[in-house]
Amino acid sequence: MFGLSTKDTTLLLFVAALTLLAPFLLNPFPENSAMAQFNAGYPDLMQRFVIFGTFAIGFNILFGLTGYLSFGHAAFLGVGSYGAIWMMKLLTLNVIPAIIMGVIFAGLFALLVGYISLRRSGIYFSILTLAFAQMSYALAYSVLTPITGGETGLQLKATDTPLLSNLAPGEIGRANLFGVDMRSSYELVIGDWLFTFNAGYYIAAVCMLIGFYISIRIFRSPFGMMLRAVKSNQQRMNYTGLNSKPYTLAAFVISGMYAGLAGGLMVAMDTQVGPERMFWTASGEVVLMAILGGVGTLIGPVLGAGMIKYMENILSKINDAILHQWFAFMPDGIENLLVAIFHPFIGKGWHLTLGMLFMLIVIFLPGGLVEGGQRIGRIFRRRDRKADSVESDAAKQRKPAE
Amino acid sequence: MGILEIKNVGKRFGGLQALSDVNLSVAENTVHAIIGPNGAGKSTLLNCLVGKLIPDTGSVTFQGQSLLGRKPHEINQLGVSRVFQTPEIFADLTVLENVMIPCFAHRDGAFQMNALRGVRSETDIRQKAEQILEDVSMLEKENMQASSLSRGDKRRLEMAMCLVQDPKLLLLDEPTAGMARADTNNTIDLLKEIKDKRDITMAIIEHDMHVVFSLAERITVLAQGTPLVEETPENIKGHPKVREAYLGEAQV
Amino acid sequence: MEAIILQILNGLDKGSAYALIALGLTLIFGTLGVVNFAHGALFMIGAFCAVTLQRILSLSYEVVDDTRTDFLGNPLKVDVPYVNGWFGPEMGQTIIEWSVPLAILFAIPVMMFVGYAMERGLIKHFYKRPHADQILVTFGLAIVLQEVIKAFYGANPIPTPAPPAFTGSFDFGALIGFDPNQIIYPYWRLIYFTFAAFVITAVFAFLQFTTFGMVVRAGMADRETVGLLGIDIDKRFTMMFAIAAVVAGLAGVMYTPINSPNYHMGMDFLVLSFVVVVVGGMGSLPGAVLAGFVLGILESFASMAEVIDIIPGINQIIIYLVAIIILLTRPRGLMGRRGVMED
Repeated sequence: MFGLSTKDTTLLLFVAALTLLAPFLLNPFPENSAMAQFNAGYPDLMQRFVIFGTFAIGFNILFGLTGYLSFGHAAFLGVGSYGAIWMMKLLTLNVIPAIIMGVIFAGLFALLVGYISLRRSGIYFSILTLAFAQMSYALAYSVLTPITGGETGLQLKATDTPLLSNLAPGEIGRANLFGVDMRSSYELVIGDWLFTFNAGYYIAAVCMLIGFYISIRIFRSPFGMMLRAVKSNQQRMNYTGLNSKPYTLAAFVISGMYAGLAGGLMVAMDTQVGPERMFWTASGEVVLMAILGGVGTLIGPVLGAGMIKYMENILSKINDAILHQWFAFMPDGIENLLVAIFHPFIGKGWHLTLGMLFMLIVIFLPGGLVEGGQRIGRIFRRRDRKADSVESDAAKQRKPAE
Repeated sequence: MGILEIKNVGKRFGGLQALSDVNLSVAENTVHAIIGPNGAGKSTLLNCLVGKLIPDTGSVTFQGQSLLGRKPHEINQLGVSRVFQTPEIFADLTVLENVMIPCFAHRDGAFQMNALRGVRSETDIRQKAEQILEDVSMLEKENMQASSLSRGDKRRLEMAMCLVQDPKLLLLDEPTAGMARADTNNTIDLLKEIKDKRDITMAIIEHDMHVVFSLAERITVLAQGTPLVEETPENIKGHPKVREAYLGEAQV
Repeated sequence: MEAIILQILNGLDKGSAYALIALGLTLIFGTLGVVNFAHGALFMIGAFCAVTLQRILSLSYEVVDDTRTDFLGNPLKVDVPYVNGWFGPEMGQTIIEWSVPLAILFAIPVMMFVGYAMERGLIKHFYKRPHADQILVTFGLAIVLQEVIKAFYGANPIPTPAPPAFTGSFDFGALIGFDPNQIIYPYWRLIYFTFAAFVITAVFAFLQFTTFGMVVRAGMADRETVGLLGIDIDKRFTMMFAIAAVVAGLAGVMYTPINSPNYHMGMDFLVLSFVVVVVGGMGSLPGAVLAGFVLGILESFASMAEVIDIIPGINQIIIYLVAIIILLTRPRGLMGRRGVMED
């Protein structure tokens, strides 16, 4: 289906089902139960899942296929966001032109940065992209204030009168898709459970699914094969009559456009943007997502993005009181000890958990969660086979006796 | 007029004159060996042919077209393929993919933005790739990862990658270096077969005299960056100058 | 003229910090071939050594001061640092005030241990893995280290003043024959620069004049050959890592009076230091030092009001801009890449 193999179609449908049913899947606990704090099915967080999923999918096209580690991808996200919000301020509050503008702006900027950065490879490339991103951040923060709003960033204001949207004077515009407000939600109550279906989330989810589909196509195309060839042996590639430069540049621009899409979607959801979106820690975050999930795999980056955003939201909400609640069944001394042990890893310390998890992954599981899953799968299969072979051995032994 | 004409080529690295006044003509459909002691400039010469180095002086023409200033991929697109001393393959890819990539390069040129076309739908390319794998008897290994191949298989795979592009000129840089005798003989047989079956010109840089004398129709002896003699194998063996410069120490 | 000298002086302290961090980065890259994204964290740990020592020295016990009463009329309880008890109040107070310079002595063993543990525990296993993996794992380590520091010391900057003798400024211009009050320069910055120059000289002398240094330099040039000579190069490289950690740590200790340390100072400096290393030439020690100072001074010049009037925002991007130009026009950096110090 869609020009994909059965396996890839299954994967696509699986991801589609996951994202479309996310409001159910992410809210497995009843609203007033103690476990409700682990629910992730609220619009704000779900939107971030799919937006960062898109960002990570794009990053993976560059890093996963070509092996070029960009440490400045947040710059494209930021540029996409600025492009999108200007579209909303000036032209229309409909999100589609804004998102398209975000993609185009980011793509053009990626073309410029990529053209220069790709003249170097390895660590030099990483540092060049980092330098470009930091430069963009510094510029957006200071000199370009008329365009970027400086430190405070840009928001939709009462003074903005987009050309094609008929706003009452003084009314603050709201992002919409042909009249459907991004923030409108439908709430479904079943028993103790509350499920929220948010318009913005579904638009972002559809964008991510399209992005995911395109990424599968790229992975399975001759172009994708060439990108893997770049990673594997650039020398052989050149002596095989292929010019690796345009291939890597194309991959760079495509992944920049994905970042722009993510940036545009962010603006479509919350109609604001600030320069911190381009800071290098944001670039580092997408690297973490891709690695955590599994670089070079199709679904890895989506999983990684989901996991990091989930941790960020859920872990950072847990506090000592909740820990005390959990360990209340223990004797007091042990309870306090356990709380003290877990304390640095939760709340504001969730970055520590993230850093440790990330290190463990790089050290022991370079293929990320996907490789982890495969390994576990293999163990089970081996156990089955062992059981089979034990049986067949037993059968062999029985034979002579008969 | 040969298929490859090298005229007055010189190349200098700092204080070292690696090549000076090299004149060489490789005739079409022959196997031409370039031999010489270590440091004679063989590899430098080869690198000047494939675009890795640019000679300081002189000219290199292939089928009447100058190769100077062209990038390696452009030279390959003209029909020159290169086999490396240690096999250069796409180690992370499967054997079949390794051969498909040169097929794409041959058909689509140096760059093609075919990001949404599926590899699966490229049946022509696949057939061609499988055909060449069968020719080098590696078809049963097509789904193996190339890095897991034995050294001999890697060499064969690299040859297949070059041959699938139907090159007019195949450059081989010590194709049997570091090989056991049996592998060397296999490689010689493979090269002989290629030579018999195809219209192909080969230029071989080689240390191993056994390989040179079993394959070459012309031999150029390079010493200290200049060609000493160009002769047929029979005449080379008895040539006093060559004996002095090279064969004396190799004791053939 | 005065303005130019003033800008050069202003650039020296940041330049010194860049140079010291870049020197360590280069030592590690040159010897171990590892790209250490956690080097900024070492700088930060050094700074927090100063904080820690300050806290240790200020550890206090409670005594009842009979001469004073609180507002209820009870005798006042005051905290007296232990050092006051041991050395008398005046001497004790002086020791606390001098905690930053004293922290140098404290930081050296601590940083040695940290560096040693890092190399043996983690980096060692990444020699044979691709640069991307090295970047990633040290990046993870940097996050962990800075979060640990944050967990212990909080997120706010902690003031660590210089000894009172060195606070304040002096009229540098008058000293070298300019009009008075034209070039005012804080004492501590001068001390920082002198200290950095001393450390850099010490590292170079160490590499130049000791057998150990000779082996390391040889190893930087050609690791395998030195290994073949039967020299246990690995052990020396471990030492080299520890030394690089000490250099970064000392840079951090002495930097605390200039900027109060916080948990993310390491990352802030790291990004710039990497740029410095690249500009100087990966693997070139003199290049790293030179580029550190040059970029520090350039940054300071770019911050002049006259310059900003012409090119707004140039102070924010000058270092990156220089790095991009250098990388594109002269990829091996200012001072080559061919390895060893002589080049």
